[in-house]
Amino acid sequence: MTPTILIFVRRVGISCIVLLGVSMLIFAIARVIPGDPARIALGPSATAEQVAKLRAELRLDEPITTQYGHFLSELAQGDLGISLYTNRPVVVDIAQFLPATLELIFVAGAMMIVIGLPLGIASARWRGTWIDNAIRMIALLGVSAPSFVWAVILMLLFAYFLPLFPIAGRISDTFAIEQVTGFLFLDTLIAGNLAAFGNAAWHVILPAFALALSGIGQTARLTRANMVETYDKPYVEMARSYGVPDRRIANRYAFKPSLIPSLTIIGLDFAAMLGNAFLVEAVFAWPGLSRYGVSVILRKDLDAIVGTVLIISATFLIMNLIVDVLVTIINPRIRYSRTAS
Amino acid sequence: MRRAFAILASNPLSLLGLILIGIILICAIFADFIAPFPEHRGAVVDFANFNQAPKWPHLMGTDLVGRDLFSRVIYAYRISLILGVVVLGIAVPVGVTVGLIAGYFGRYTEFALMRVTDVFLSIPPLVLAMSIMGVLEPTLINGMLAVTAMWWPWYARLVYNMTRGEKEEGYVLAAELIGASRLHVMFREVLPNCFPSIVTKMTLDLGFIILIASSLSFLGLGVQPPTPDLGSMVADGAKYLPDSWWLTIFPSLAILIAVFGFNLIGDALRELFGADQ
Repeated sequence: MTPTILIFVRRVGISCIVLLGVSMLIFAIARVIPGDPARIALGPSATAEQVAKLRAELRLDEPITTQYGHFLSELAQGDLGISLYTNRPVVVDIAQFLPATLELIFVAGAMMIVIGLPLGIASARWRGTWIDNAIRMIALLGVSAPSFVWAVILMLLFAYFLPLFPIAGRISDTFAIEQVTGFLFLDTLIAGNLAAFGNAAWHVILPAFALALSGIGQTARLTRANMVETYDKPYVEMARSYGVPDRRIANRYAFKPSLIPSLTIIGLDFAAMLGNAFLVEAVFAWPGLSRYGVSVILRKDLDAIVGTVLIISATFLIMNLIVDVLVTIINPRIRYSRTAS
Repeated sequence: MRRAFAILASNPLSLLGLILIGIILICAIFADFIAPFPEHRGAVVDFANFNQAPKWPHLMGTDLVGRDLFSRVIYAYRISLILGVVVLGIAVPVGVTVGLIAGYFGRYTEFALMRVTDVFLSIPPLVLAMSIMGVLEPTLINGMLAVTAMWWPWYARLVYNMTRGEKEEGYVLAAELIGASRLHVMFREVLPNCFPSIVTKMTLDLGFIILIASSLSFLGLGVQPPTPDLGSMVADGAKYLPDSWWLTIFPSLAILIAVFGFNLIGDALRELFGADQ
């Protein structure tokens, strides 16, 4: 096997162990609930027999280790239980809401890369000048507020005062798009409806930007910090004394070694967005996993809580895995040092 | 310490940070004397003055039951800061100890402890705190618990990485050679060398804890009314945009300013200590 594949296999293995740990942790957390989930689900008018019956169905009277065993064997069959809130399988619920959230995150992630990296490069190239100071200030402001604050501010400015963008939702009601994948960008293209595609894109800009702002700030800050360090290296000085143009030094000599740490932080930020998406979705009434997640948490809907957190964590781990593999491919030093050890 | 303070005060950005945080600290500590309507921090109703745009004596306007927003923001700062201090007070010692042990002992201890840390780090922070808050009753104490549970692993990882480096240094080997106990080496030799990074991270984290705590209460999973909280104030006000804009904008700016201030100081400390993170 090539070294990259070996590392990949190792990482997948570790990720699986970690995911198993996550399932134990979240299962334990969900089981220490003070109230009786069966009673909450059935309401105060239910009889004691009804509650006892539901408790038996949910296996709430068995020891927690047995419950966890059942949970694992069902999980292996792709079954996450039934949500007491929607009365549907948790898997179906998540499959319905997850694409909207992922779509938001992918657009925000793209903004983070397309805006954050160039800002960081510009800041390092013109370090010490007003350009640098302005970018550093913007980047610091970006990381200094939770995404719901940016969501509210952006909404007030660009949806109410300057009505450039829609206030809420994923797409205007006038478009009826058949759900195939759940990803509106794909579904509108499958339907061949370009106007609907544009409308969906127009809806996603503001929430995605609110979500991306802290990531943009972090990416810019980190890229700048790393590039400034690289600028002090002798080979950059040598390139400069050879008369290599500034632009080329910035983009090739200083930026390339900084790409690896930047990529790692972009991966982490991507993952953090899975949590922050909850906040932005709440502001923009985005029909994603957030409303479902918050309502199942408030209703102490055990299976749904465990399922949602597990899926989010799995997505998080997969994203980190992809970043890890990318970093290994880009950086030959990691590739060889890891296989040597 | 005094030298560090002098250096911070000489840089315009970190000076700005010191001033911002100084004002916030003074407001939070002396809230009872500074807030124009201290009784408005609780469940007070003043329908004669409800939902008013900012004008004297209500600098930030009033909310839907007539409470002075400025007073509530000041009290919310007090609660956020207490929360931050308590969370760090628990999370830092726990995380540092775990990191020291994992980094110093290595082998199986390292594997076990760092995998547990990984488990906590692989649930997105907000989601972990949310599920804990959802399970427990939403009170201030439980909020602190939830945020602490998501915070300690970061310190564990930071100290673990540093300990692994320090372990090979000459002074640690020397201490081990003259027969110092493991406890002594970990806490008296290695730990002091990690202090600058820990302090820098704590400064930055005070801001981020305010940010996370307000996010939780924004979702209705944090401090409950009538206790003033910046996050729930934004959530309540967002329903009345754009007409009653002051209900959302002032608490939002209050969060932004506090986190910004801590970030400015943290950044300056990082440069000062040359800590690499």
